[in-house]
Amino acid sequence: MASGEEDGTVEEKETNNKKRTKGTIATAWLTFYNIAMTAGWLVLAVAMVRYYLQKGTHKGLYRNIAKTLKFFQTFALLEVGHCAIGIVRTSVIVTGVQVCSRIFMVWFVTNSIRQIQNEESVILFVVVWTITEITRYSFYTFNLLNHLPYFIKWARYNMFIVMYPLGVIGELLTIHASLPYVRRSGMYSLRLPNKYNVSFDYYYFLIIVMLSYIPLFPQLYFHMLRQRRRVLHGEIVVEKDE
Amino acid sequence: VDLIASVVAAPGPPTPAKRKPTKKTKKAVVFFEVEILDAKTKDKLCFLDKVGKVLPSFSLHWYPARQSIRLDPKGKSLKDEDVLQHLPVGTTATFYFRDLGAQISWVTVFLTEYAGPLLIYLMFYFRVPFIYAPKYDFTTSKHWVVHLACMCHSFHYVKRLLETLFVHRFSHGTMPLRNIFKNCTYYWGFAAWMAYYINHPLYTPPIYGEQQIRLALTVFLFCQIGNFSIHIALRNLRPPGSKTRKIPYPTKNPFTWIFLLVSCPNYTYELGSWLGFTLMTQCLPVAFFTLVGFIQMTVWAKGKHRSYLKEFRDYPTLRSPILPFIL
Repeated sequence: MASGEEDGTVEEKETNNKKRTKGTIATAWLTFYNIAMTAGWLVLAVAMVRYYLQKGTHKGLYRNIAKTLKFFQTFALLEVGHCAIGIVRTSVIVTGVQVCSRIFMVWFVTNSIRQIQNEESVILFVVVWTITEITRYSFYTFNLLNHLPYFIKWARYNMFIVMYPLGVIGELLTIHASLPYVRRSGMYSLRLPNKYNVSFDYYYFLIIVMLSYIPLFPQLYFHMLRQRRRVLHGEIVVEKDE
Repeated sequence: VDLIASVVAAPGPPTPAKRKPTKKTKKAVVFFEVEILDAKTKDKLCFLDKVGKVLPSFSLHWYPARQSIRLDPKGKSLKDEDVLQHLPVGTTATFYFRDLGAQISWVTVFLTEYAGPLLIYLMFYFRVPFIYAPKYDFTTSKHWVVHLACMCHSFHYVKRLLETLFVHRFSHGTMPLRNIFKNCTYYWGFAAWMAYYINHPLYTPPIYGEQQIRLALTVFLFCQIGNFSIHIALRNLRPPGSKTRKIPYPTKNPFTWIFLLVSCPNYTYELGSWLGFTLMTQCLPVAFFTLVGFIQMTVWAKGKHRSYLKEFRDYPTLRSPILPFIL
């Protein structure tokens, strides 16, 4: 008859084994996910270059890559799930905000307001996103494979310094360009009177979104700068107290 | 705040803590050595030898309400009433200091955050200029439910103001200063948002008309009385000027019988009041406000419930934090 203590250690070993298998499954899934995303954004980059070389203009480029962009950007919602279940150690809220702002740009601005799809600002932010995402996902992939070339690490923690502001400029210019069309069409808006006694004006909502970049962008930017100092220079940075 | 630079009325250079032999006189008096360290950096801020029974407020820069002195850097603050002799320390006591930041009294915060909605709603109700189209300035709504809603909303906040002044007994005197900005934005912002739609010239009254309004008003009044009863019951648990904590129990007032099932019935009744108001006005922003308030109150109720369970061994097991049997 097995004694109580023996049962205890057998159970412990079983839980440890379960934990280890869960950890391996998580790593395998994340590796697959990051390779897939790197590939996806590479495909996007190649498609954009090919289009521009063939046609010589950026007009119609967005329509050409729209499906691929929507697919891979939307797929990134999974990353919020990764944080939520704990297999990626980042804040759910930070990831949520970042992914949601991307989804918003793709689906609720560029996709729905066709008149602005040929604007240069659209090309600007799509190019910036592509470069950023290829760097980011390959960084995660190499990290998971425990074989990180220094230049990928360098790219991830240095390119954002230029890419981030450029991306913001592209996004803001695009939203700004869409304003007259939103106002004229009254899209996504709810007027009074209605039985819910509420109203929503997409035009003013977009203006508020643009204004929100003012407090949000510096916070995210300086957060990345702190990360950079910590990772590249091993500085100990004291976080602001809550 | 650079704590190291701006400290303190230290009586002398810090010396390493060592046991001092107690003086042997006719009456053996035990003196304590006290060192105070910064909770984050562990730097020695202050060293006091020969401290008597009471720990003096040692800094000129931070008034007492801002000072948090604790036995453990991550632990809870000691209270003003704690006596050095009764604390679990040796003859050399080490305390950790944390600056709580600028403080403001709870009463001030409550009065400000409640006066705002009262006045803001009335501005929308009287259709003060620059809110709606000029032709509606200073007009009144033709729907009687709008007048009723104004009375209910105003009554609710007047009740809260009076309770703050005459009923509530606060455990803490102060809270961090930044809270007043956060809280006022929340209360004032939502009040303006709700009031804009309810008092709008294009307001649509409730679909089910009088029946809906009457039911809503009943729920609202019932819960207002309930909420008030709970506040009175909680006040009576605590003698004036004290900060004791006791388990609340149902009293002769039927509105307090809910204590059998719920730890924080004041929040339960508050939720009920706002559900009533939502039903009365049939206004989505009000529903939204109710939802956000409910989430916050649930967080508070769960915390309170947990601290009741921790503090009292014999805490009734039938009780839920905020919703009977559910939450």
